[in-house]
Amino acid sequence: MKNILEYFEKTVKTHPNKVGFVDECREATFSQTALHARAIATALCAWGNKRAVAILIDKTVNCIDTMLGALYAGDFYVVIDVHSPVERVNGILNILDNPVILTDKNSEALAGEIGREYLLYEELIQTEIDEAKLLEKRNCMCDLDTAYILFTSGSTGMPKGTVISHRALISYINWVTEEFGFNAQTVFGSQTPLYFSMSVTDFYSTIKCGCTYHIIPKPHFTFPLNLVGYLNDNKINTIYWVPTAISILSNWKVFDVIKPQYLKTVLFAGEVMPTKQLNYWIDHLDSTVTYANLFGPTETTDICAFYILNREFSDSDTIPIGKACDNCDCFVVNSEGKAVTAGEEGELYVRSGFMANGYYRNPEKTAEAFVQNPLQQDYPETVYKTGDIVKYNDKGELVYITRRDFQIKRSGYRIELGEIEAGANSVEKVKSCACIYDSEADLLVLIYEGAVKDTMVVLEAVRNHVPAYMVPDEVRRIKEMPINANGKLDRKALLATYKTL
Amino acid sequence: MDELLAILQKIKPGVDFENETGLVEKRILDSMSIVRLVQAINDEFDIEITVSDLVPENFDSVSAMMALIERLEDEA
Repeated sequence: MKNILEYFEKTVKTHPNKVGFVDECREATFSQTALHARAIATALCAWGNKRAVAILIDKTVNCIDTMLGALYAGDFYVVIDVHSPVERVNGILNILDNPVILTDKNSEALAGEIGREYLLYEELIQTEIDEAKLLEKRNCMCDLDTAYILFTSGSTGMPKGTVISHRALISYINWVTEEFGFNAQTVFGSQTPLYFSMSVTDFYSTIKCGCTYHIIPKPHFTFPLNLVGYLNDNKINTIYWVPTAISILSNWKVFDVIKPQYLKTVLFAGEVMPTKQLNYWIDHLDSTVTYANLFGPTETTDICAFYILNREFSDSDTIPIGKACDNCDCFVVNSEGKAVTAGEEGELYVRSGFMANGYYRNPEKTAEAFVQNPLQQDYPETVYKTGDIVKYNDKGELVYITRRDFQIKRSGYRIELGEIEAGANSVEKVKSCACIYDSEADLLVLIYEGAVKDTMVVLEAVRNHVPAYMVPDEVRRIKEMPINANGKLDRKALLATYKTL
Repeated sequence: MDELLAILQKIKPGVDFENETGLVEKRILDSMSIVRLVQAINDEFDIEITVSDLVPENFDSVSAMMALIERLEDEA
């Protein structure tokens, strides 16, 4: 197998008239999607070979048609957040080598602001499909060809584009669909944006297994009763959301009023899942529901390790990240460059077909993160250095501790901010929290959101959880934690602004 | 009503809240601003908006919000 579209073509053949993709305005069967995608691809063929196709379309069925269209043309796509500032969009377009820009009528105003030539979805889908040309394109491809580039924010301030090949995508999707047994009965309620690595999982699982993919309208996450109503109306049985989205339902205690009737599989990734909020789900939903903590960076397509919950966790426990996915090897290296021993902390490295090729037009960052396997020098073998600090617990499960760049040292002591947060999170009514280290002022500050007016209550809980040298110097309560574009807690913003809160 | 308008102006300045209807429908109030709004209303009016009240109909206009606040004040 060389091309992810082979899975799509098989699905179109077995389930041609099944509804595959649903957004707020319309739904599309797999064969309708294939027709649109190939029409777009035929039009794209006129624009050259292996081009970057920048897609300025909101998360809709139109966007899906266009992503697949780029793949049919042998190009690679870059989905761009149409709600991000024009400067950032231009920043990404400037990094790309002469991209073809594709938008639809909905986002045409943004495309106009950018001031570059663009193609319009509504016109492209009218193109007469040229099967011979598409076949010719396919015959020139191999599994090393790039399928898409996903931009994440870079430490230097410029977005960093991770290059994912068809091979990485196929390898990853093989694992996730096998592990969780996705099939034509799987109905996804999709939460994550298409420019975020987590979106690969439910989207390409649908492509491979003929699932149904419902794009949940964003306002439903504001009005959680409607969200659960939506899950029930569409008989959604599988979700893969960020913990912040899962926690919305816990924080509002929504299941005291209405419960999802069809949910069977609840997957989460992207940030640490607060155990208290997850326990609310476990306590209120049917005991047959499967919960799994998925873990991994964009650089391993989406995920490299996972843990399916098989025991109880108290509200202050940390849920492990478990073990490596099949066809993926996770190993942990200490500061001396040796494999860790039991219980020792180290940096997580990954060796896998899921791995990205590196960063687009960024050899320096690529060389920093995609390195020779430190455990063997006998032959060339590139592995990915995640920057995540982990260890094995006494059950042999991987446990996430912190980012390498979040680790702090104070008076010689090594302090893991996540451990402090776990203590604060165990307090009933703490909605979310973050511990930051202001190195200039040498202050450890715990900031939380939630209906606990007395900060001393939270401080006391932390005192009960960590050694004295890890107790925060200050505890502040704020009305609302800052969230970044992907819905994760924005620690950088907190550090920059906590003094004014 | 003035207290509510003051809260709204602080959360989303520059909107003609008095005359605007369809605040949710037109996405003038987005996810984050509604969370802040609910918190501010709870604090200001000493009520507790629960998830059952957290539906678009209750936030689509100033008059809808006032009706919700008055109902919750009466119940308290």
